[in-house]
Amino acid sequence: MGVPRPAGEFDTSYAYDMSTIRQPWQWWLLIALILSLYALPFYASQSVVALVNRIAITIIAVQGLNLLTGYTGQISLGQAAFMTTGGYISALLVNLSGWSFFEALPIAALGAGVVGLVFGLPSLRVKGFYLAMATLAAQFIIPWFTRNIFPDLLNGAQGLNVRVPVLFGIEFSTPQKYIYLSLTALILTTIVAHNISRSRLGRAFVALRDHDLAAELLGMNLFKYKLQAFFLAAVFAGIAGSLAAHNIRHLNSETFNLNDSVIFLGMLVIGGLGSNLGPFFGAIVVEMLIEAATLFGPFFISLFPSTAAGAVQALRPLFFGLTLMLFLIFEPRGLAHRWQLLKAAWRLRPFSH
Amino acid sequence: MNWQLLPQFLMTGLLAGGPLALTALGLVLIFKSTYIFNFAQGQLLLLGALFTWWFAVEAGFPLWLSILLALALSALLGFGIERFALRPMTGQPLLSIVLMTLGLGQALHGLALLVFGGAQRNFPQIFSAANPYKITTPFIHDGNPIVIILKQNLVWSFVVAILGVLVISAFFRYTNAGLAMRGASEDHELAQSIGLRIHRIFGVSWALAGVVATLGGVLLATSSGLDLSLSVVVLAAFPVVLLGGLESIPGTIVGGLLIGLSQGVVSASRLPMVRNMSEIMPYVVLLVVLLIRPEGLFGQKRIERI
Repeated sequence: MGVPRPAGEFDTSYAYDMSTIRQPWQWWLLIALILSLYALPFYASQSVVALVNRIAITIIAVQGLNLLTGYTGQISLGQAAFMTTGGYISALLVNLSGWSFFEALPIAALGAGVVGLVFGLPSLRVKGFYLAMATLAAQFIIPWFTRNIFPDLLNGAQGLNVRVPVLFGIEFSTPQKYIYLSLTALILTTIVAHNISRSRLGRAFVALRDHDLAAELLGMNLFKYKLQAFFLAAVFAGIAGSLAAHNIRHLNSETFNLNDSVIFLGMLVIGGLGSNLGPFFGAIVVEMLIEAATLFGPFFISLFPSTAAGAVQALRPLFFGLTLMLFLIFEPRGLAHRWQLLKAAWRLRPFSH
Repeated sequence: MNWQLLPQFLMTGLLAGGPLALTALGLVLIFKSTYIFNFAQGQLLLLGALFTWWFAVEAGFPLWLSILLALALSALLGFGIERFALRPMTGQPLLSIVLMTLGLGQALHGLALLVFGGAQRNFPQIFSAANPYKITTPFIHDGNPIVIILKQNLVWSFVVAILGVLVISAFFRYTNAGLAMRGASEDHELAQSIGLRIHRIFGVSWALAGVVATLGGVLLATSSGLDLSLSVVVLAAFPVVLLGGLESIPGTIVGGLLIGLSQGVVSASRLPMVRNMSEIMPYVVLLVVLLIRPEGLFGQKRIERI
């Protein structure tokens, strides 16, 4: 990554060179962080737990988008539609065939992946905003399907009631319990996403993003990699959608909408495109921002009594949009880049470079 | 297929294509000169309509004056957007620019909600809703000729929209400013090196796009009412632009009419499922266009070199 290592740290073996976590203290810190998150229900209020739960699920969706948009450079406005697909598949499997949530989740992920492949097909011929348009079409066509096909099965625009996941007799019915599912899923997807990004596949994605024509001339099969990126992004979205649907316990065509897709992209940019930390930073910051808009909205509005009623809802898109614009202008590489700079500055202290 | 209603739906669809074409024109205008696809066009359209509403209803100006004031205000807004949001993005990758317009859309949406609130409003009527035009068609069904009923506001919106597109396309074709804009779209650096002031050109394009968006917003609001969901109309204009070709102004008319027509055809079906398809019809067409002819009907094929 180009970040200077502490003096005296050398790669003495290939395993050490490849390892993500190098120092014992990093391991301890990571374990402490994970344990403190798992122990969250014991010391934090329900609203905080629910927020962390939601953030964890959002991060999974953004990780998928990061593989597609951040690493492969294909703009997608359809991530929420693939979440809808995953949510509907797992909800139907659990509701109708009596499968357990844990059997339905992989099927939902795969199903969403296949749908993602279909909408990735235009990437054979188009790129840039043409591709954004094709994925935007997914964002309209998939919800339309959930509203209009098999009305007796999918219940039309009303949507479905989704069952609570049960494992070994434990019902994951409250955020305090559900957070174990979402955190575990998040840890697994993080490992997968990280390892994809540094494998042959991930390097191919980056080559495709940086110069697709050059990559093609070097003999890369662009279409294959593009489709793989679409598939992976949709699989992640399917997992996130399934998790979110069983968390909210209700699902209709508008549960994950175009706005969510835009917000996912915004999170990715604010966090840092093409960085594995990016989805974490982005999702946390944007969700916090939205929380802040909800919390301080009434106070903010009271400063300007002339504003119209219902203006609290206005603050969320306003805050989000302005933050995104400011990041694009002043720090297009996102918070992950800032984090790298901070780490480098810390290591090189007191010298600036 | 409901043959008796088909001519009616075809005509209505065709007329609905007029405002669609005008909305699409705003997108093409910006794309043609700045090479930016503006995802915030819907919010510009909404703000334009809200400005007009504010001047006409809250401030009590006569309608023609309020429209003029709103046009001026949205032109200013367009200038401002170009100066403060898009100019820093010059030379940035496409993804950043797309996200900039998406973020801009969110911010403008929030702004509209904050300043004007989210209530449904009665927009002043420009064209009379009474006395719809009746056209007797030569088609006979059950012994009677089929009569098409056309609301006046639909017809006149269509006429104004098409006139708008023609005026803008004449502007591009015959004026120096239009020529400069076309030149700038070809290659920004080259245009600058032969002495075109491309920032001013970009500013003018955005201002023009604001004006066109306001016109479209007023036309749509006067026939379908005004609330925050007005900006959604632009989502149906994206397919229009791609169908007609991103750089082509006549393409917006053809694309708009074709998309409107396709919605009309589907609406005339007897099957409720097919009828419901009218809302996603633009996107189905879009996918087909992207797969078969990505540059659209009249767009330019881009040849890439390393």
